[in-house]
Amino acid sequence: MKDLEPETPFEINDYIRLEQMPHFLCPGCGHGIALRALLWAVHELQIDKDKLAVVSGIGCSGRLSAYIDANTFHTTHGRPLAFATGLALARPDLHVIVITGDGDSLAIGGNHLIHACRRNLNLTCMMLNNEIYGMTGGQVSPTTSSNRYTTTTPAGNTEPVFDACALASAAGASFVGREVTMQVTGLKNLMRGAIEHHGFSFVEVISDCTEIYGRKNDLGMSPEMMLSQKATMRPEAYRNTVDVPFRPNALECGVLTQKDRPEYGSAYREMTANLRAKGKQHG
Amino acid sequence: MANRVNLQGNQACALGAIAAGCTFYGGYPITPSSEVAEAMARELPKVGGTFIQMEDEIASMGAVVGASMGGVKAMTATSGPGFSLKQENLGYACGAEIPCVIVNVMRGGPSTGMPTRPAQGDVMQARWGTHGDHPIIVLTPASVSECYTETIRAFDLTEQLRVPVIVLIDEVIGHLVETVDLDDLTPQTTVSRKFADTPVEGFEPYAVTEDMIPPFPRPGDGYRSHTTGLTHMPNGFPTQNPAKAEAALTRTTDKLVLHKDLIEFCQLIECAGADLVIVAIGISARAAEQAVRDLRGQGVNVGLFRPLTLWPFPETTLKAAVQGAKAVLVPEMNQGQMVLEVERLMAGDLPVHALNKIDGEAITPSEIAAKVKEVL
Ligand SMILES: Cc1ncc(C[n+]2csc(CCOP(=O)(O)OP(=O)(O)O)c2C)c(N)n1
Ligand code: SF4
Ligand SMILES: [Mg+2]
Repeated sequence: MKDLEPETPFEINDYIRLEQMPHFLCPGCGHGIALRALLWAVHELQIDKDKLAVVSGIGCSGRLSAYIDANTFHTTHGRPLAFATGLALARPDLHVIVITGDGDSLAIGGNHLIHACRRNLNLTCMMLNNEIYGMTGGQVSPTTSSNRYTTTTPAGNTEPVFDACALASAAGASFVGREVTMQVTGLKNLMRGAIEHHGFSFVEVISDCTEIYGRKNDLGMSPEMMLSQKATMRPEAYRNTVDVPFRPNALECGVLTQKDRPEYGSAYREMTANLRAKGKQHG
Repeated sequence: MANRVNLQGNQACALGAIAAGCTFYGGYPITPSSEVAEAMARELPKVGGTFIQMEDEIASMGAVVGASMGGVKAMTATSGPGFSLKQENLGYACGAEIPCVIVNVMRGGPSTGMPTRPAQGDVMQARWGTHGDHPIIVLTPASVSECYTETIRAFDLTEQLRVPVIVLIDEVIGHLVETVDLDDLTPQTTVSRKFADTPVEGFEPYAVTEDMIPPFPRPGDGYRSHTTGLTHMPNGFPTQNPAKAEAALTRTTDKLVLHKDLIEFCQLIECAGADLVIVAIGISARAAEQAVRDLRGQGVNVGLFRPLTLWPFPETTLKAAVQGAKAVLVPEMNQGQMVLEVERLMAGDLPVHALNKIDGEAITPSEIAAKVKEVL
């Protein structure tokens, strides 16, 4: 990463594999906006694409890695953080970014998420929360809102919802943030902060699955879904203001947690270097 | 200079891995394999490598494959229940052709079974534990020195062929202590995977080369390629085109056939002119070897065929070894797993007898000798 701002404006085509177009996302899917914001942040940070590794899980979100012009790894359902942990420890010279979904990271991969937060290895995790299992046709997920219809909650969802950011913060993530896709610039800035952060960073992107979740719950087309998400959010600037006109349970956006904790990879390498130095002295 | 040490099988696997150039270990404790992790936690920092105890076996297998995707030699170790948890990510490594070594120290099963007792119940799990048709190599050391040398061979094979290799030992071999000379056992050279070094322009990560093993694009070297568990084309991207899908899957299994001579390794003891050939691995093979010596002393013509490479099974060598024999005996500490493969290969030409034990005790030489006398 370099200190100077890039001289050239962000041009997404510089960061995607054009030969993989057309992409497979449905028209209106929020995941595409998240991808754009991520690549914009990569551009602003002037990360060398040869040194960028993107590790994704399985889901519509997981498919994004294939479109990025970098070292990309589409792994198994729920496990991208485990793969990324090995990759980042073996190759500390790489910038490792994980793309995951709400099902991928909070259901099947929940164990890996909390331990990645606890370990604080230098990784960035972008979680695309569309409140649904998009890829498999719209089943309930740990973030599906109350009473919403999915193919496995035909009478409406009665399960409680996970607050992914609260979970990540409680588990020890040293950088946590949330943003809606409507705020592309805000999301880009948040991703930038997350990537720059030395330690484990977790960003929840409020995405939309227009095609399945939107349709099944009469949430309108993508613009309506994005506008209603924006209406429920509370921007960072208003965090400490009175609630009006925001809903009391408004979605807090922006940076939610940022703290200095020892980064796992550096701590491990320091320990091994000390051991080796000692070994030499004695031997 | 001799470097004679008393070593346990599990520790020998760890030291073999270090000698082979392994610099990453991701694991999760489970009896009777934990000494592999403990030795790696001690040894890896000394060579600048990384040890990590992950949150479970699924994660440890993921981390191992992730590290290997970064271009380093990586390993994990486990036992039955943990081996089951590793299977999905192991299948990923088979499909995406990511080198890795898994030591599986077999204990009594199924489920928690008898954690501290030996068994050989994972003969089939090692071959078919993950889903779908896939290539895999399984090695079966039967002594502490072989734990060392076969783990080195496991790394050489996985790196060279880009196929996961399982080192399959039973609890007795894992916990056995023997005196070994590490200097004698350490090879002069070890093998690393072939890294891509051709021009970036037009590079295909799964190109069909003459040796069927695509050069590995190391992240950072400029190839910026895509790796996926989806069935993929030579360019690395997914396909559902029937012809392309079949070609891709067939290559990963055909490469083992092409490199059969490199992979297959067996030991034949007194097989020439034997009336009965015993086929055994691990501690059962140690007992069988003693039985062969005892029986030969009594004038009974028996031999031992020991497939150090269990999968792919060394078919041709076995068929040659039983020429002239009247029967085959397969003693194993399970209800009859390897015997199924031997029966398949004998195809009714020779009677195949089984000696099975699932009580948590190793099979003894006298049990094998008695069975030989019974069937001859
Ligand atoms: C082990 C395993 N279990 C189940 C599946 C099927 N599966 C694929 S994607 C997915 C859910 C994806 O949901 P999410 O992570 O929210 O991603 P989205 O598609 O919504 O972006 C499931 C259950 C799988 N591929 N692997
Ligand atoms: S199914 Fe939903 S999440 Fe998947 S691409 Fe379509 S809109 Fe996006
Ligand atoms: Mg989802």
